[in-house]
Parts: sequence; structure tokens; C-alpha cells
Amino acid sequence: MTEIKVDNKASKYKKVAYYPGCALEGTGHAYNRSTKEVGKALGLELEEVENWNCCGAMEVKNIDPKIQTYLSSRVMSQAVNAMGHDVVMAPCNGCYHNLKKAEYDLTNDQGSRDVVERISAKAGHKTYQPGEIETIHALDWIKHGIGEEGLKAKVKTSLKGLKVANYYGCMYTRPRHIFPEKDNGPGTESTSKPHFMDDLLAAAGAANVDFPLKTACCGGAHTLSDSDTSTKLVLNILKAAETSGANVIATECPTCHTGLEMHQIRAEKKFGVKTNVKILYFTQLLGVALGLSPRKVGVQENVSDSFPLLKEQGLA
Amino acid sequence: MRPISEIEPAIEQATTAPELLALGEEVLEHWLIAKGSRPTGAKSEGFRLLALHRQGAKGEPSFNACRETCRELAYHYNLVTIEPDHVDTGLRLAMMRLIASHVYYFVSGKLHVDQLGEFCCSSRDMRLNGQNDLKTEA
Repeated sequence: MTEIKVDNKASKYKKVAYYPGCALEGTGHAYNRSTKEVGKALGLELEEVENWNCCGAMEVKNIDPKIQTYLSSRVMSQAVNAMGHDVVMAPCNGCYHNLKKAEYDLTNDQGSRDVVERISAKAGHKTYQPGEIETIHALDWIKHGIGEEGLKAKVKTSLKGLKVANYYGCMYTRPRHIFPEKDNGPGTESTSKPHFMDDLLAAAGAANVDFPLKTACCGGAHTLSDSDTSTKLVLNILKAAETSGANVIATECPTCHTGLEMHQIRAEKKFGVKTNVKILYFTQLLGVALGLSPRKVGVQENVSDSFPLLKEQGLA
Repeated sequence: MRPISEIEPAIEQATTAPELLALGEEVLEHWLIAKGSRPTGAKSEGFRLLALHRQGAKGEPSFNACRETCRELAYHYNLVTIEPDHVDTGLRLAMMRLIASHVYYFVSGKLHVDQLGEFCCSSRDMRLNGQNDLKTEA
């Protein structure tokens, strides 16, 4: 009798290739640290992509989008061909978005395939073929790898008392066509009202507030060229979180996180408007719920000082 | 038509849901006129606001950066007008004001720097705009 191999996401995501990207080695270091710690605490394994490179981010994409496609494809090629993985997890929305975009381009555009093939040959590595690997976000990894019930079973300190506004930013869901697995029926993520972060934090005991700006523009890409627009957009997001009753905003992207923290300060300096809502990575919140100390998940590295709030809630 | 800059204080002073919805429509009208389109009176899902957004995103996928914000404005309009005596009506109106402000900040920002939303929400490069001819959702 032939053995039937059951391939579900829970087992598939137990051990994945990890692509931290550049932000998680810099401003998003606390996100890197907390993601790894949460993975350990949940029994989910990460293997960092060997000799990874930039995903092409905005700098390369603005000069030549096909070079960005190549750069992202090389990361996927490393994970598949050098390490034998079939899933790569990118916690940064920018990296996640760019790998997804590369997958879409390689599936749909011969010109992109030609460029990637040519540069891969020149660089001396195997060309990435679309469909060889699945790119997922840290939210997918935990949501499907362990699930809400699995998470609940491991919670040591409930996040009860925290009122969370979940901010997903734009690159996790837009543009819709590069995320074919979303809006795909029960259990899948929604591009108009994403909920995976809400689900995980609720499982850890937090109360999610009804937050209408969870995917609203923060002006992130224009933060240097048009800072005032970015500050006004961010300030509005912060005010909306406070109006909805939140005492903390949970983030899942280093760029969003940094933007919210920096413009919170700039809004006070430039426009004289102070907001008190705290900003934490969702992995930091999950880490605290799993019994890790706030320092272990890098809360001290955040600009926004969340220690008083965590102490007040008995979480530090 | 008043200058778009006059809409920001109008949003801050608005006290009813119909006023805020109309201000959201007015912001989108500015975008359409600036882009050489004529705002129509058509409705989508019962809202002119949503039809105007759809009209504004045609050929401009980055304009989808304010799609969900427009939908939230319509949703809050419904909340306030369907349950005017609800205990949360004051809060819902305050939230609606912030949502309308967000539409205003995004559109006025995009009128200032056209590429706002290009890199992220439409995943298009900023410099070679239009030459990356893959299918987009607009």
C-alpha cells in the first residue's frame, strides 16, 4: 500500500528558511531578536538563508525593476538550491512584498525571466524557477505553524489588559495581485481587513480594538522627501489608535514601526501634538506572553518606551 | 470649487456624518479634476465616494492606497446614520473625522508628490512609471 504523505502548512512551516533582510540587522533589530526568540519558544525552527543579499528594496527597484526581481530571485534560489527549503519566511513587509513581486514577475513576464536567467548565469548560481519556493510572512509562519490553539497552550502571562490596535501597513496586502493566496476563502488572510495579527494577539489574551486605519498609508516611502505629509499621516494613525481606545499599536514591519516611532516624536516637535500610545512589534508582545522578559525580546531597543505600560499590566 | 487646503479645517469642524462623507467626496473630486477627469455622480455600493475612488484609481493603481480608508469612511457613515442614538455615536463621529482627514492627507500629499503610493501600494517603480507593463489591479 502506498503511503499517503499529508502535506499541511503546520508541518511545512515547522522549519523554514529565514530571510531577515537588511532592516532587521539595523533599525529593526528588536524585530529580528523577538522573531527568533518567539520561534524558539514555540518550537518553530528558522534557518537563515546562506549568503543572502538585498531584496532590491526601493533603491534598486526605482532604477531598474528587473534587477530588483533578480536580487529577490537570488534569495529564493539560495533558499531552494543551496539549502533545500521549500518555504522562505520574511518578517519585513518590504522583503516579503519584493519576493512576492519577483515570484509574480517571473510567472507572468518573459522579460523578467530572461534578465534573471542571464544574471544568474553570470553570477554562477542556479536560476530560480517560479513556484520552487513559497514566500511567507512571520504572521503566516506563526498563524499556520502553531495556530491560535497551539499558542494559547503556551501562553504563560496573558496580555489581558492590553488594548491593541493592529497596524499592518500597506506592503503586506497591496497590490492584491501579487498575493494570490490571500482573499482565498475561509482561513486565508484578507487584503481589505487583514486579521492574522489580531488573531494571534487575541490568542495571547490581548483585546484588539476596532481600528479602521490598519492598512492606511503612512507616507513611508516619502518620509525624507515629503516629511510633513508622512508626519500628518502617521499622526492621524496614532490619533485613530488612541480614539479607538488602544494603549498599544502592534506592528509587523520594521519600516512601519520605525516610521510610527519617529513621526510620533516629530509630530510633537513640529506640530505640538503629543500622543501616548505605545508601539511594539507583535513578536515582542507574543514573546512577553510566552514568558520571555521584555529585555529578551528587545523592548529596550524601541524608541517608544513601553516599559511603564508593561509594568502597569504586570508584564514586566 | 474651494481650494483643497480649505477642506482640512472643514473636516475638523464638521459635526455630522453626511458632512464628513461629502467632504471625503470633495477631496476625491480634487484628485479627479487635477488628473483631467470629470467627477461623475455615479454610485458604487450605494456610495458616490466609492465610485469616485474607483474612477480615481483607473490607470493609477497607487490610488488604491486610500481604497480601504474610503471604505471605512462609508462604513462609519452607516454606523452613525443607522444607529444615531447609539452610545458610541460621539466616538464613531470622532473616528469618522480622523478617517476623512486621512483621505485628505493622502490625496493632498499625492497632489504634492504624485508618486505617493507608487512604490508600495502599486509596487511600481517611480522612475520608469508605465514601462513596467505587467497586469495591475486598476
